[in-house]
Amino acid sequence: MPVIKVEGLSKVFGKNVKQALKLLGEGKTKEEVLKQTGSTVGVNRASFEVEAGEIFVIMGLSGSGKSTLVRLLNRLIDPTEGHVYIDNEDLATMDKKDLRRVRRTKMSMVFQKFALFPYRSILENAEYGLEIQGIAKEERSKKAKASLELVGLGNYLEQYPSQLSGGMQQRVGLARALANDPEVMLMDEAFSALDPLIRKEMQDELLDLQETMKKTIIFITHDLDEALRIGDKIALMKDGSIVQVGSPEEILMNPANDYVEKFVEDVDRSKVLTAYNIMKRPETVNIDKHGPRVALERMQKEGISSIYVTDSKRNLKGYVTADDASTALRNDVTSLMSIMKTDAPTVTQDTLMNAIFEISHNSPVPIPVVEDGKLLGIIVRGAVISALAGQSEVNLTHA
Amino acid sequence: MLNFMENIEELPLASWVSDFTGWISDSFAFLFDPIKNQFGDGLEDFADMLAAVPPVIVILIVAVLAFFLSGKRFGLAAFSIVGLLLVWNQGLWEELMLSFSLVLVASLLSVIIGVPIGILMSKSKTAESIITPVLDFMQTMPAFVYLIPAVAFFSIGMVPGIFASLIFATPPTVRFTNLGIRQVSEELVEAAEAFGSTGAQKLFKVELPMAKTTIMAGINQTVMLALSMVVIASMIGAPGLGREVLSSLQRADVGTGFVAGLGIVILAIIIDRFTQSFSLKKGTSI
Repeated sequence: MPVIKVEGLSKVFGKNVKQALKLLGEGKTKEEVLKQTGSTVGVNRASFEVEAGEIFVIMGLSGSGKSTLVRLLNRLIDPTEGHVYIDNEDLATMDKKDLRRVRRTKMSMVFQKFALFPYRSILENAEYGLEIQGIAKEERSKKAKASLELVGLGNYLEQYPSQLSGGMQQRVGLARALANDPEVMLMDEAFSALDPLIRKEMQDELLDLQETMKKTIIFITHDLDEALRIGDKIALMKDGSIVQVGSPEEILMNPANDYVEKFVEDVDRSKVLTAYNIMKRPETVNIDKHGPRVALERMQKEGISSIYVTDSKRNLKGYVTADDASTALRNDVTSLMSIMKTDAPTVTQDTLMNAIFEISHNSPVPIPVVEDGKLLGIIVRGAVISALAGQSEVNLTHA
Repeated sequence: MLNFMENIEELPLASWVSDFTGWISDSFAFLFDPIKNQFGDGLEDFADMLAAVPPVIVILIVAVLAFFLSGKRFGLAAFSIVGLLLVWNQGLWEELMLSFSLVLVASLLSVIIGVPIGILMSKSKTAESIITPVLDFMQTMPAFVYLIPAVAFFSIGMVPGIFASLIFATPPTVRFTNLGIRQVSEELVEAAEAFGSTGAQKLFKVELPMAKTTIMAGINQTVMLALSMVVIASMIGAPGLGREVLSSLQRADVGTGFVAGLGIVILAIIIDRFTQSFSLKKGTSI
């Protein structure tokens, strides 16, 4: 069940709004509309759904309309056309009183430049959303304290925002948004003003918090690395339109058009792709049924120099090299057990490419991908390199 | 051809204004008279009351306030004590209190009227475009001119002085309130809205606190302008230090005039530092 459903949401700034909408309907671009009507298209018929507990990243360069789009979601900017459903209520058409109720209880927002109130203490800042609901002092400060503790600022209650570093200020922003216990959090370039190391730390922390809180988060960013790192789903925007929505892998491996392709060209794939994406079905022999002869035959047939050994339940036991197998045959050894080696380093299907790269460099055999003891696939060194180069066929049907 | 103005009759602008003022004075007499009488009486009572407080007590209170308002430093307190003692010594204490009550009441009224108008201006473009030229007019018209209708409406004394001071001194408060609220960063206003603030909550919990320093700077200017009206208003019979200055001017008495002027300067400095400290106090560095 989607928590948020956006349908045909548009925002046109300026005059001739009706004409501009008509032109957009005819498929005219933002620039053509500007030329013909003098109106600027902020968002052009955006439609998407956000599932509960998902981090939905809206990503685009400056001027792509992403900040306008997020402000349409809580109606800081009134939409020109279209609908925003949250729990089946249409935000775009509700009256001011209902809008306030939704803003107070269902959505809260984290801002790029933190937007903390400088004349309020950290605790009072975190209390703001509760205070305007008229919640009693005692209860609101209890809730605000709890959410400040969640972000690790339990000891800074009486400080003022100017006394904190940027990263800490944004934690306050996060705590203020969490204090209302909203279903949906809108994060507008929340980490963009922070320096890279702090940014990464905050991303990790957000992911940690998300593990336990399971909020629905709509995260705006211009940084593709950030989008790929934290997004469950990514929507790419250009000129006010959403050009592609998909999982990070889909965006990366199957760019919908030239624009997206150009965007992802520079991405460090090693930080996104996992073992799952590049593993191959392994050739194996069964330790209970087969001996060195079968192992050697299979290796010769496939043109490989080693083969993995499993039991009947596909539990990985080890591997056998072609040299060892032929020596064993000459010496009439019939069991694989005695010639099997077990020193192959293993990875899981979620291991990132950059980690695999290190391992594959030092491993004499293809790397087995193992989950709960079972052999799922193998990764050959060539696959790692071609995936990093962005040329491989990869597996995108993630479970 | 170049003298075409000779053929055009002079517009009777002056008599229009006179007629208009006379009409207002007559038609709103029911409003002006009670203001003149009751408000005027109250004002005099207030001034008398201030003047009746023993000077030592006033000086002590001012000194203690100065000490705390200036962040527990002695400079302003010491200056206040010396300055006020000097005024007392010169036999101008009662005049000082009269002037102070005039400034206080005029400034308070200016703030009460000015801040809401400033808020209105900040919220509405239309209001801003109407009020701005009016403010320009009010500030550029020589202050003396306001004395004439003031006398027409309220005859002479403190009340017309306060009326003239209101017109002359309110604009900075209005302007700075408008400016202060408009300067509140977009993101903070958005934050207030995004959490579901009502218009009033946004104003009182975010915009006014953020604009406080700017508004206080405007109020400080208003108070200073009101003080400068003390001398001018003495021309229509407002009592106080201004009257001393005026009478020494008429008698070409440099000494007395200077002493009375010095009293105004001392009052001005104390009031200025007091209002400034209000705006700087609690101002967390931004």
